[in-house]
Amino acid sequence: MSTEAEVVEKVEKKSEPLFSKKNRKLVSNPLDIDNPVTVQVLGICSALAVTTQMKPAFVMALGLTIVTASSNVAISLMRNTIPGRIRIIVQLAVVSLWVILVDQILKAYVYDVSKQLSVFVGLIITNCIVMGRLEAFAMGNKPWPSLLDGLGNGLGYGMILMTLAFFRELFGGGSIFGFKVFASLGIPYQGNGLLLLPAGACILLGVIIWVQRTLNGFREAH
Amino acid sequence: MKFLRKQLDSVKHNFEKGGKLEKYYFAYEAFDTFLFSPNTTAETKGAQIRDAIDLKRLMMTVIIAMIPCLIFGMWNVGHQHFLATGKTGTFGGEIMIGLIKVLPIIVVSYGVGLGIEFIFSTIRRHPVNEGFLVTGMLIPLVMPPDIPLWQVAVATAFAVVIGKEAFGGTGMNVVNIALTARAFLYFAYPSQISGEVWTFLGAEKATVSGYSGATPLAIAAESTTDVVTNFNAFGAGWADGIYSLWNMFLGVIPGSIGETSTLMCLIGAFILVATGVGSWKIIVSVFAGAWGMGLLLNMLGSSPFTQLPAHYHLVMGGLAFGAVFMATDPVTAAQTETGKWVYGLLIGMFTILIRVFNPAYPEGIMLAILFMNVFAPLIDYFVVSANKKRRIQRATV
Repeated sequence: MSTEAEVVEKVEKKSEPLFSKKNRKLVSNPLDIDNPVTVQVLGICSALAVTTQMKPAFVMALGLTIVTASSNVAISLMRNTIPGRIRIIVQLAVVSLWVILVDQILKAYVYDVSKQLSVFVGLIITNCIVMGRLEAFAMGNKPWPSLLDGLGNGLGYGMILMTLAFFRELFGGGSIFGFKVFASLGIPYQGNGLLLLPAGACILLGVIIWVQRTLNGFREAH
Repeated sequence: MKFLRKQLDSVKHNFEKGGKLEKYYFAYEAFDTFLFSPNTTAETKGAQIRDAIDLKRLMMTVIIAMIPCLIFGMWNVGHQHFLATGKTGTFGGEIMIGLIKVLPIIVVSYGVGLGIEFIFSTIRRHPVNEGFLVTGMLIPLVMPPDIPLWQVAVATAFAVVIGKEAFGGTGMNVVNIALTARAFLYFAYPSQISGEVWTFLGAEKATVSGYSGATPLAIAAESTTDVVTNFNAFGAGWADGIYSLWNMFLGVIPGSIGETSTLMCLIGAFILVATGVGSWKIIVSVFAGAWGMGLLLNMLGSSPFTQLPAHYHLVMGGLAFGAVFMATDPVTAAQTETGKWVYGLLIGMFTILIRVFNPAYPEGIMLAILFMNVFAPLIDYFVVSANKKRRIQRATV
């Protein structure tokens, strides 16, 4: 969580005007108080489905970040020419273009991961986070803030995915990125089958939300 | 007793406002009120209903009702050990093995659960509730005797934190906590809790020839011929007639520690109903639902399991234990009197449905109760709205 934020801040200091306080917020808010998964509760379906292991979760997070950022920029560039009535179908067309690109690259270079992710790469097209950012942000903002917003939301989603996958793979299967941690340390470990089920991931996600809200004091407005 | 009182009073000033251990006041208070009755009384102003029964006494009544199951379960653990290894044991020896296997599970369950309860009440600054007294005893009773102790600890911690504290503590939980612990183990470590051999065999592991640890539910699910014949034939040579109807009613069969004996559960039910702690409507309706569903399957079904006489369903598995001690949990059951009938009937019916038709789950009572726990508020809602509707029709304004 913290390392990602630090990297972002380092880049920010070099070029001040592009990274005004407002623009920085576009990246940092989705990581914490405006997280797409834990606060807006979007993208839960894929967050529960692809996080049994860290590798597919990482690839999925990367794919979604690329798709969200690039579609945000593309839609933002076209925002003044898109007729209001057919905007959703235009957005879908743009998103599916990026998703197909990502899908083909995955199939070409990491075929086994692509197999594991199965339909969930294709389902990025209808992912609530992507659609939500296009509709709520890119349609009304310039390309540069849209890019930052897309990156921020992708990272916010990826952060939760990686946290979920870390606990699920470590305590469910006893490994991290396929490396058998407990076995190599010589500790006999019996995998927890509940964590490998989507129900276990849902409970774990609830615990993450609990911890996050305890730390930052977030309360839902009633 | 005076000595204890003196000791408690001598450290009391540390825990009061301004004392150096002020943070831990509620932990101290819990110990104090557990040992002695508190010296505070209800205020004199206003009308007060005074009754001798409080949360602590209510919980103690349930524990007393569980004691027959516990003692019988301990003896049965030892008895099954000697049956399975083919040796003859004395009554004392059987109880001894039961004690050695069961006491550690009880200690772990109470230790972990109360530990977490103390931590949460200290952080949240509220008094420690007695809710865990019953849960801590229910958890060991629904565990098989050969369960590893660390699994008991993990399951108890999960159930108390996720099942109870996340929802706000005692009285706020949606699902039964002891069953949450069991469901956790059921899905997390299925090999230990849903295995066929639920008998403690000791270090040598040698069994008498012809021994099989299959439970009645497993036999019934796998039967291709008449189930009752298979029951009566089972155990020939090492434990003749172990799965006869009468023996299953008495509970001298392998299984989880406290749930094997329908007779002991009925004694517990009698204590609960006589003292007014448990709802007789729920207990009766769970049995009625299970029996009714059994009869219905007898008429409609074609596989051997569906043809099993309905009264067999009442003595098999954990139905009686669940009906008496789990379904009647006042927090998670339906609150309205009509709702209790619906709630109980549906638990009984779902139990038999899961048993007979779902090959993945040999016993259905756990999932049926958890399922209906979630629906209890909905049942209450419909009962209350129906009542409202009736009264509005009657009203003449």
